[in-house]
Amino acid sequence: MPDESQHQFDHARRAGFGPSDDIRRQRAQGALIREEVAPAPGAPPEPIWMALSYEAVRQVMGDHVRFSNQRRFRAQVTRGGNKHRPQEMSGHLMDYDQPEHTRLRKMLTPEFTVRRIQRLKPVTEAIAERCLDAMERAGQPADLVDLYASPISGAVLCELLGVPRDDRREFLVKHQWQLEQDRGRKERAAAQAYTSNYLRALVKRQRKDPDEGFIGQLIRDHGDNFDDEELLGICGLMVLAGLDNVNGMISLGVLALLEHPDQLAVLLADPENNVDRVVDELLRFLSVAHAPTPRTAVEDVVVAGQLIKAGEEVVCSIPMANRDPVLAPDVDRFDVEREPLPHIAFGHGIHHCIGAALGRMELRTAYLALWRRFPDLRLAVPAAEVPHKTNSIAYGLERLPVAW
Amino acid sequence: MVEVRVDAEICAASGMCTLLVPAVFDQSEEDGTVVLTDPAPPAELAAKVRTAALRCPAGAIAVHELETDGSGT
Repeated sequence: MPDESQHQFDHARRAGFGPSDDIRRQRAQGALIREEVAPAPGAPPEPIWMALSYEAVRQVMGDHVRFSNQRRFRAQVTRGGNKHRPQEMSGHLMDYDQPEHTRLRKMLTPEFTVRRIQRLKPVTEAIAERCLDAMERAGQPADLVDLYASPISGAVLCELLGVPRDDRREFLVKHQWQLEQDRGRKERAAAQAYTSNYLRALVKRQRKDPDEGFIGQLIRDHGDNFDDEELLGICGLMVLAGLDNVNGMISLGVLALLEHPDQLAVLLADPENNVDRVVDELLRFLSVAHAPTPRTAVEDVVVAGQLIKAGEEVVCSIPMANRDPVLAPDVDRFDVEREPLPHIAFGHGIHHCIGAALGRMELRTAYLALWRRFPDLRLAVPAAEVPHKTNSIAYGLERLPVAW
Repeated sequence: MVEVRVDAEICAASGMCTLLVPAVFDQSEEDGTVVLTDPAPPAELAAKVRTAALRCPAGAIAVHELETDGSGT
């Protein structure tokens, strides 16, 4: 999933596992369309470009020279430099341009290599098994979101950040509250203050006595090159990228497999060997990250025959790009046996999701452990009654009642 | 036969190539960028290497097709 924040634009609406009919109709008008959208919840609408084709999205995301991520400074799009960067933005990689982006990213990437992530595998497996034990204790039907998808993404994130076991529940609950639109503003602000203060204390603690975890390692290797605000921002970014995306992929992925028994059969025929291609096709088919940070053109650029003027913004639709018929004629079909498609579920270009290997490992572990324990897993309600999660950072499910 | 080249300078260290073809691509301990362990991989890996190049988010992998019929010099 891209290392980028998400926005509550209309294009985040979905239909079933795919993009909404509305956005598909708009695609018929062109690869790039002009739309009026609010840049933030409650803000007045502004015109923006939406890139809806695979080629257009890849070109925009792949061109970090002519498209800037520092959207908050669009009035004076200054590439590089962070003189005017508000403190709360520090460390959020997806809001940086070159060369500052590379400076930060290169310090983080050693922690996310395929080899480092392999070390987290046994912990992740143990977490999944504990969740399955809890599901069995809770009895049938059980909510897979509440008892499996959400606690796995939460526990792995806490392992990574070094949040002690005793603190995890409250930390994760408060994080959830701050995202829930139906909670009062005061309550959300208090929850936000709690998580941000918690992370601030964690960074301070790690500065003094760095442990073996991700933040501790970062401090040991590069402590002098980060200030506390940047470290805090990096923690915030991990929280933002590591919870809802993973939760959404686990829960929607399970639903997609249950709804496509022929595809599930391929997984179950040889789980260890087939799981990676199942994960890859699910990543494409579900594309839970709606869109990366909007790009701002720093000069006039032509994309898919359309002139984007300097200063104009482009939102890239990941689900539309990943279902562009240019990839395959039957691109709307969930087919785990197809030749893997060059999808961009984790983004494209220099902002490609830094946690892609971690995400894949979590998904692989979650699907394998679930069907190992419950080979006869089934929906406990009709599929039409499963509530999908709208208006959230990533696409997902509110609940997924299952039985075994 | 294929010949592979990588550009660690522009590599985004996503690790996608290492996941896809661990026999050909590794990642540096220092910054996670690509390390080519086999610049001339066996023919049976050619398709996977091409996929890795296509999927590289930074365009840091180049694959050159080599003639194998012996007519080349």
